Amino acid sequence: MLKEKTLKLTSRIESVEEAAQKAAEFARDINFGDEEIFAIDMAIRESVANAVKHGNKLDETKKVVVTFFNATSGLEITVRDFGEGFAVEDIPDPTEPANLLKASGRGILFMRSFMDEVEWTNHAEGGTVVKMLKKR
Amino acid sequence: MAELNITERQAGDVTILDLNGKITIGEGSVALRNAIRRLLGEGKNKILLNLASVGYVDSSGIGELVSSFTAVNKEDGTLKLLKLTQKIQDLLAITKLLTVFDVFDDESEALSSYQ
Repeated sequence: MLKEKTLKLTSRIESVEEAAQKAAEFARDINFGDEEIFAIDMAIRESVANAVKHGNKLDETKKVVVTFFNATSGLEITVRDFGEGFAVEDIPDPTEPANLLKASGRGILFMRSFMDEVEWTNHAEGGTVVKMLKKR
Repeated sequence: MAELNITERQAGDVTILDLNGKITIGEGSVALRNAIRRLLGEGKNKILLNLASVGYVDSSGIGELVSSFTAVNKEDGTLKLLKLTQKIQDLLAITKLLTVFDVFDDESEALSSYQ
């Protein structure tokens, strides 16, 4: 059974699908069920899409680094970009009436909804790291 | 195969789009955007999106549904949703968009609501 896996993805939209497929494979390998894999899939797609689009701004010279770790508590996933970083508290709540009809801004809500823990930190050497946990 | 296949049907003055596939970042979202733009360009502004065969929607796809809704409203039209899967219904609940969209399980009931 795999303990850890790292992906280095190019900053393009197609990498979202690649990350999702690898996440599903890893989660299945460590015995997560279909419902949990669906949730993991939703969260990894959103986090990698954010890293590619908003973090690295589709700059293909910058990678998105994804790690899967089979921890005692569950599946830990980190997604790192090499962009300018951001403050998650500055992202408006998409469920507020004033924001309901906005075309974007729901990815963070989905990550929080589908994973048990999600935290955002700015990496000391630049970029954002999203760390997520799906418990067993 | 394209991420999202769209088939158009007409029921009176209502245009039904049967969507099949995924509405996700990239191709799927763009296909829906283009279809809505084309219908509005043709003066068709009563639109019913049949989501029965849409297996997957991400936040970009949800955003595209919202953009479609606002684009149709701007043209004094109405966009409604038909046959949501449980997963899409859950996503619309999480995002509180069930309060925004008119959603139907039955096609004839949906069509009557436009009259």
